[in-house]
Amino acid sequence: MKKLNYTKLLFDYGTLFVLALLCAWFSYVTIEEQSPTSPAAAERLANRVGGQLPTGASVVVLTRQGGEGRSFANALAEQLAKAGVTVASTTVGQPVDARKALTDFAATGAELAGIIADKHMASFANTNLGALGQAHSTLAKAKIYQPTSYRWPNFLKRDNLLNVMKQISVVAIIAIGMTLVIITAGIDLSVGSLIAFSGVITALAIQSLGGDSPTTGHLWLGAMVGILACGLAGLFTGSLVTLFGIPAFIATLGIMFIAKGLAFIISDSAPVPVANEAFGWLGRGRDFFGLPNSVVLMLILFAIAHVVMTRTSIGRYIYAVGGNPEAARLSGVPVKWVLVFVYTLTGLLAGLGGVMEASLHITGDPKSGDLVELKVIAAVVVGGTSLAGGQGRILGTLIGAFIIAVINNGMNLTGVESHMQKVIYGAVILIAVLVDRLKIHLLKLKKA
Amino acid sequence: MPPTDAASEAPLLRMRGIRKSFPGVKALKGVDLSLHTGEVLALLGENGAGKSTLIKILGGAHQPDEGTIEIDGQPASVATPQASQAAGIGIIYQEFNLIPHLSARENIFLGQEPGSISFIPRASEEARAQALFDRIGVEVPVDAECNSLTVAQQQIVEIAKTLSQDARIIVMDEPSAALSPRETKGLFRVIDELKSQDIGIIYISHRLDEIFEIADRVTFLRDGEHIDTRPVDDLTREQMIELMVGRSLDKEFPKRDTAPGQPRLVVENLNSGERVQDVSLEIRAGEVLGLTGLVGAGRTETARLLFGADRPDSGSLQLDGQSLAINNPRDAIRQGICLLTEDRKAQGLVLGQTVRENFGLPNLRHFTSGGFIRQNEEAQAFAGYVNQIQIKVTGPEQVAGTLSGGNQQKVVLAKWLQRNAEVIIFDEPTRGIDVGAKYEIYQLINQLAEQGKAVLIISSELPEILGMTDRIIVMNEGRITGEITEVPSATQEDVMRLATSQAKGEGTGFRG
Repeated sequence: MKKLNYTKLLFDYGTLFVLALLCAWFSYVTIEEQSPTSPAAAERLANRVGGQLPTGASVVVLTRQGGEGRSFANALAEQLAKAGVTVASTTVGQPVDARKALTDFAATGAELAGIIADKHMASFANTNLGALGQAHSTLAKAKIYQPTSYRWPNFLKRDNLLNVMKQISVVAIIAIGMTLVIITAGIDLSVGSLIAFSGVITALAIQSLGGDSPTTGHLWLGAMVGILACGLAGLFTGSLVTLFGIPAFIATLGIMFIAKGLAFIISDSAPVPVANEAFGWLGRGRDFFGLPNSVVLMLILFAIAHVVMTRTSIGRYIYAVGGNPEAARLSGVPVKWVLVFVYTLTGLLAGLGGVMEASLHITGDPKSGDLVELKVIAAVVVGGTSLAGGQGRILGTLIGAFIIAVINNGMNLTGVESHMQKVIYGAVILIAVLVDRLKIHLLKLKKA
Repeated sequence: MPPTDAASEAPLLRMRGIRKSFPGVKALKGVDLSLHTGEVLALLGENGAGKSTLIKILGGAHQPDEGTIEIDGQPASVATPQASQAAGIGIIYQEFNLIPHLSARENIFLGQEPGSISFIPRASEEARAQALFDRIGVEVPVDAECNSLTVAQQQIVEIAKTLSQDARIIVMDEPSAALSPRETKGLFRVIDELKSQDIGIIYISHRLDEIFEIADRVTFLRDGEHIDTRPVDDLTREQMIELMVGRSLDKEFPKRDTAPGQPRLVVENLNSGERVQDVSLEIRAGEVLGLTGLVGAGRTETARLLFGADRPDSGSLQLDGQSLAINNPRDAIRQGICLLTEDRKAQGLVLGQTVRENFGLPNLRHFTSGGFIRQNEEAQAFAGYVNQIQIKVTGPEQVAGTLSGGNQQKVVLAKWLQRNAEVIIFDEPTRGIDVGAKYEIYQLINQLAEQGKAVLIISSELPEILGMTDRIIVMNEGRITGEITEVPSATQEDVMRLATSQAKGEGTGFRG
């Protein structure tokens, strides 16, 4: 009995385990000395300075240009003032700017009590303060303060993790639909082309609705048009599959070419710009607790899909149709309706993915979405959904998508070259399918 | 009969002390079995008794945990299917292992081609295949694609395949399950022929009549244990059942005490191509109507039309005086008709889903509120049936495919009982089900009739039809050829006469 439980554990959480291993590995190999530049770090540093320097002591703030340098400097200046220290100047820039800030201060003749700096400027000050001190005696007694550093993996930094999720959000959202399709023992190759199709249609619709200055309403309407157009494509696919019995592989292969071709034709093969930066809200915005909007949307859709697949009739029907279409039909399941539903839903989600992609670039690009269908299928399969149909989980797909995103991101962080990335990527997919076969094999043994 | 001196020699096959455990189950607890040349040994036991496991060990599909296997007194290795074949063992499983689009000849010699890149010696293969069929004594077109052959012919191809590999021990797992009575007779002639060629046969069947007809000895298995092995001549039907089930059943068919009432389902002039022609029938409240005939007579086709699984060309249906419009099974279910299909695995269950999910499939409307399935309620309702009809499951989350045939049938039953349908059509309700479970299913059918439901039973097993129904309609070649109203006095011969006769006139035919 114990053995059985282990296999069950492996079945249910195997992919989660793989994801955890990948995260652990990439965390391990990307550990580096980190010097925080967050507002919280600024507050801690300012309090430390305030505690050690007398009230009213003069300090200068130095941070490097770029990254969070500007916000860190501002936060420092504000917090230092609160801590009762006089901030003589705040400089964000190159070492040469820092040198100028210090000599400018020296020119005032006042005594410098401290230099408050980020990691880079602190290192500049450390090497140069001796010489500067000899030239300007008022600088000689300055203490250098910098945030307390710590060792932390680049991979596990908040921004990186959010980036991982953001980069996979389009693939993951479409993978919801693909999971349903694959559970019914089908496949949908058209989703990549539909991304381009939807993006172009959305951008064109916004252009024709709003001209040079589309309103937010026009943006919403345009996005709806793009999504619904792809929904219609999915409906058409579903009809081909159910009414004419065309294999899904062939039907969606046809739609794939048609949609891609149409995207180029209607856009005259050129990216279609959207003349309102607000269109970037979905792809670029971060309006919920600092999470990218696309990630929030992805998580919401996965939550809904999970509930639908595990708790509702349509979810049960989808599994039944995939497991045994004839038994399902004879049990009163509207099999054709279920199939049309999953293809239409996948079309709609691909359309949504296209809108997200277009939103990210504020442009509808007919070239976007190439080979995304394969990434989507990979996410579903890696997530443990069987291509034979009848089995699979929505949350498995989410994990599968994360696995793919983490591999991509991790390889970028560790500087794996792009062709090698493809090789590794392919190997991961093969391993996932092998695990799937192994599962089936084990299940057969269990049955006997 | 085996030659008398064979008993003193080592038997053709001896399996001793075979033990096999699966995680959580002891499938075999020390089983002995011996088989002599030219003998038919019947292997009897309820579903789950360990017959399949024993056969799979013999075929090299499973490894025993303990025990020895000897052929001609010599220890034999059957560690793999190949080794088993090489040792002269041929197994014909219930589901044939034939490639549908290859010819009979190609199937027979599949895997015996001279080499992967050499030409196939077609002429010599044809001659050898022909010789094999001659040896069996049955003619099968050598170059016909297998999917164009009848089930009986495919079986012959399977037998020929084992003979082509020089099998001396042939195991047949439920060989008659998909055969008509006439085809079964043909199979028995083949078995007699094989016996005369000193081949030992292990024969698995739930049909006791066949055992009496064909077997020399019977080995009984129960719960993975060897209960007894006896010559068939020393056994009565009742003893057989008792040895199998471990308790005596008073009767094979439980009594029912209802008088049929008003007509409930009325079918008029149902037509569907050649397969169903002008079928009219009615089923009354509390009545169990039998529908029989040879395989291919149009019984299952008729049932599928009633259920909306296929669309009829013409015909009308009425339930309780209301005419029904049924375009698909969904409509039929909504109107109160349900069908328990003959092929549970392919049509009755989604094998990869849990029993609870299978049970709920036609009943989701009942268990959903606001679009959400109330899974606890679903599981509770199922648990009620687990008690009521004694389904042996580990729980509502057991995967349907892991159940034995009888329990699968009960799960199918439970899902339709929950539906509380008015018309229940059973297509071969007890096929492949052991005696004990059969009796429980019969009791259930009686309960349904007592509740005033209209019950239709389709069966090839004439004792079942005669024992369970109030009235019998017989079909042949898509038409109703007769009706038997006085079932208690009818005989199997009466039914067979109608089943092989031509339809007389139109409509319901004559009253038999």
